[in-house]
Parts: sequence; structure tokens; C-alpha cells
Amino acid sequence: MTCLLDAEEVTVRYGSLAALDGVDLCVHDGQRHALIGPNGAGKSTLLNVIGGSTRPRHGTVRFAGRDVSRLGPAARARLGINRIHQRPAVFSTLTATENIVVAALPRTIRRRRWWPGGSGRLARQRAGPLLERMGLTEVAAVPAGHLAHGQRRQLEIAMALAGRPRLLLLDEPASGLSATEVGRLAELLAGLPREVAVLLVEHHLDLVYALCDTVTVLRDGRTVAAGTPDEIRTSPQVRRAYAEGVS
Amino acid sequence: MREAVIRWVRGAVAAVVLAGLAVAPWMVDDYTTAILARTLALGLVGVSVALLTGVAGLPTLGQTAPYAAGAYACAVLGSQVSDVGVVQLAVAATAGATLAALTVPLVAPARGVIVLMITLAIGELVVTVLGRWRSVTGGTDGLAGIAPVRPFWGLPVLATDQARYLYTLVVVATLVGAVLLLLRTRAGLVLRAGRDDEMRLRASGHRMPLYVSGAHIAAGAIAGAAGSLLVVAQQYISPADFGFDTSALLLLGVVIGGTASVGGALVGAALVIAVRDWLFGVLPGHAPLVLGALFVATVYLLPTGVGRARRPRRGSPPPTAAPDVAPTPDHAAVAGSRR
Repeated sequence: MTCLLDAEEVTVRYGSLAALDGVDLCVHDGQRHALIGPNGAGKSTLLNVIGGSTRPRHGTVRFAGRDVSRLGPAARARLGINRIHQRPAVFSTLTATENIVVAALPRTIRRRRWWPGGSGRLARQRAGPLLERMGLTEVAAVPAGHLAHGQRRQLEIAMALAGRPRLLLLDEPASGLSATEVGRLAELLAGLPREVAVLLVEHHLDLVYALCDTVTVLRDGRTVAAGTPDEIRTSPQVRRAYAEGVS
Repeated sequence: MREAVIRWVRGAVAAVVLAGLAVAPWMVDDYTTAILARTLALGLVGVSVALLTGVAGLPTLGQTAPYAAGAYACAVLGSQVSDVGVVQLAVAATAGATLAALTVPLVAPARGVIVLMITLAIGELVVTVLGRWRSVTGGTDGLAGIAPVRPFWGLPVLATDQARYLYTLVVVATLVGAVLLLLRTRAGLVLRAGRDDEMRLRASGHRMPLYVSGAHIAAGAIAGAAGSLLVVAQQYISPADFGFDTSALLLLGVVIGGTASVGGALVGAALVIAVRDWLFGVLPGHAPLVLGALFVATVYLLPTGVGRARRPRRGSPPPTAAPDVAPTPDHAAVAGSRR
């Protein structure tokens, strides 16, 4: 089976520090893939390389059989790579509905771009089901800047889904959320459509093990281990990687 | 509910102001009417400044450049081609849009204060060219005795101050209406979204440079059209009409009116010009001082302007927000650059 996303020999250096040192990663269609590892292991950097906001020094990124190494974030998003940022990034002066309309435009709502009514009936029709799924129906008309942190996170996930992604990059979606909110997030992520592949960077290992079918462990910019959650949980290498990373 | 009331009040205020402007020439003398016409033209430039500063996120001190291009194109070319107002408007708007399109590569990749500096330089360059290129522009003496226009084929020429004022008012109202409609389109929505968070917009797959360039060219066309109106209103133009003080006053007016509000920009710009002209008589030599104080007071007391005073400040913490996570290095880096 070929990879939907295929990163090969990715190397990123900041000065003499190698943030990523020849990392390979393959994510299949519809797979739930997690990236874990201690702080500074290069997880977020790898997401940035895949999303297109960081250019690697070496290595290639292929998506759906196409070399996307030289494309920027916007071009990659149009091909179907969408991402959730570590800090929820929403358009703060736009309402929740408008946020989703803007996110949906490049890949789904193509017609009538120059027609008045950016937040009109059609927009509400498109955004409504997504807002409902995220439990945001009541705040549909509220500017996103006035939403609580957890709601903004949900809104950003809704925005990413509105772009009909084939691959969703999630950068620590549980950061800053309360225990209840993490529970809701887990339900929400478990309910994501199966045709969307997910690459998740997360410190909450419970969330990772509950959600993902494959786990890759990074440490100091290298792949330490890869396998099913059960294999990873019992791997002595992984324990060592974490233990040394923490100390 | 509250939104609906606010929208209704706004509509009512706009209607009252428009009605007042329509009957104004019969209430005041000819001199004031002529000043009002010129102020309306400047207000339209203010709208183009608001479009760039508040909506597209490009604070500009250079909208006098397409304004001047439009005015001179209208005075030099337009009057040769036709004496019909709409034709001259089209010529002027094209000139403004062309100049804006030529400067897109300089302006579009920049952000914030750098845009201010680049646009300031463009504005100053244009004024210098106007002063030096005597054979075409008449140099610092300017161009006088510009032939009066007729608004449309078959209509009489605009011979009185009242007629010129009403023509200006109709054109300004039409163009402002068009801008308001444009902002309600999805394209307008994307522009506003880009002002909030460019990185997020790109992450959704939008071609940000395309929207910013489009907004810059559209603002150039509007300022160019305003240049044509200045020619009609004054029948005389010189480089002094397009100097730095005009750009600065326009930006001040737009900040007072609320950078994101088109109506506010029009009112703010008109207000500032009126205050300057009035102070010029009352406190000779001190008008810039008073306007400067007004600017400081505005930024301090109403950071989002009069038109948006009821809104909470942007970036105020939401009620149940979690501790603010510092932006990741890549977030900050990408927000700083444009690509």
C-alpha cells in the first residue's frame, strides 16, 4: 500500500542544532498516526515541514504521489493538507460561521465569490452542520475572538474539516484544555470521518493510545521507534527515550 | 437583537446624513458648497485609505499618489478625450489603478510600519514628479482653467457650485455603496480574515498575495476617481493638493473614524479636513498642533475609532480563556514574513 504522505530523509537544522536528522514518515489514507516524544524531539518541526511552513535542508515530502517539497502552506492546503495549530488560530473579528466560510472557500465553496452575502443563507447552510458537530451552534454568530479557549480549538477543527482535507495535522490539540474538554476532544477526534488521515502530535498519551493505530516516537530529531500503541507502550527503547528526555 | 438595533440605527444615521448632504447647497453659500465638494472628494480618498488600512491591513500614507494620478490624468487626458464626467471618471480610475498596480510589488510583500514608509516614499515621489514635469503638469504652478464637465452625454455642463457639488455627492455615494457591497462578498470576508490572521488564511489554502494586490488596485482606482472629482470641484490642481500633509490628515481621519469602517472613514476624513480649514481661520498657524493633539487623544481614548467604539478592543482576553500560550517560533516567524 502506498503512502498518502511520504516524508523521506527530512533534515532541518537551526545553526548547528539538528531539529530533524533524516526522519522518514509514511501516513496511509485514513490512518490515525501519532508522533510522540520528549520536548524538543522535533515533532512540531516535522509537522511544519509537512505543512509547508518550514523548509527542510534535505529530504522530500510527497503527498498523494506528488512531490510537494517546494510548495508553500497555501498550495499544500489546496491539495488537502490542513492543520490545527498549537495555539488555536481563528479569525477573531469574524463570527464562527464566517470563520468556517473563509476556511471552506478554497476547496469547497467556489462559486459566487463576488456575490454579496458572505455570511448569508448559503454560508449558514454549509457551516451549520459543522458547527453542530462541534457543539458550537449557540455561538455561531459570536465573533471568534470572544470564544473561550476550548471553543476556539473546536472552531479551528471545524475550519480544518470545512476545507475537506485528506490529511489533518493536529499540533497538540489538547494543550490548555481542562480534563472535561480533553474528553470531549477525544470523542470529537474519534468521530472524524474515516477518509481523513490524521497525524497527531500530543503529550496526552491516553489520548494517543485511545485514538491512534500507529505511533512514531521521535527523540533528538530521529525516529526511535514505530509501531502499534501496544508495541510502543511496552518498548524499552521508548521508556528510555522518555526517561532520558525528562531527566 | 442588539445587532439588529445597531444596524437599524446605523442605517438611519446614514440616511439622515445623506439627506442633509443632499440639501446642503441650498442651506449654505457658494464658497462653503465648493469646500464641501472638495471635502467629499477627499473623503472618498479616505475610504480608499480605510480599505487598505483597516480591511486589507496595509496602513498607507501613499493614497495621494493614485489620487494625484487620477486628477492629472483627468485634467490632461480626460479633458482632451471628452467633457463627459463618467468618461473622465473612468480615465482617472484607470490611471489610479495602473499606478497602484505598478506599485503592488513594492507594497504587497511588506507589512505594518514598512508599508507606511514605502507608501510615503511613493507619495513623495509622485509629488516630486508632478512638480518637475512642467511640460505636462504645469510644474508647481499646477493646471488652471480646466474645462467644466457634463455628468452624462446630453446633459448640460456643470456651471454652478451647487451642480458640481451634487455631481460629486452622487459619485461619492455610488462608489461608497459599491465598496460596501464589495466588502460583503466572500472576497471581502477573506480580506477581513487576512487582517486577523494571515498565517491561518494561508493554512486554509487562500492565495493571500492575490487578495492583497486586488485590494491595493481597487483602492487605487477609488482614489483615482476621487482625483477626477477634485478636478471637477476645484477646476484647478497643483502638487500642493497631494502633499504629505494631505496623506497624514487622511490617515488621521481614517483612524478617528475607525479604520475598519468605511462610513466612519468618510466622516472622519471629512471632519479632519473641515477642522483644518476652520482652524486655519480661527487659530492661524496652530492648526497642525490641534490636529496632532486630536490624533493622540483618538489613539489613546478610542483605539478602534468612533465607528467601532462600542466594540471591545481586539485581542482582549475571552472570559474563560486558558493561560495564554506563547506563540511558537514558527508562528511568529511566519507572521513576520509574508510567504
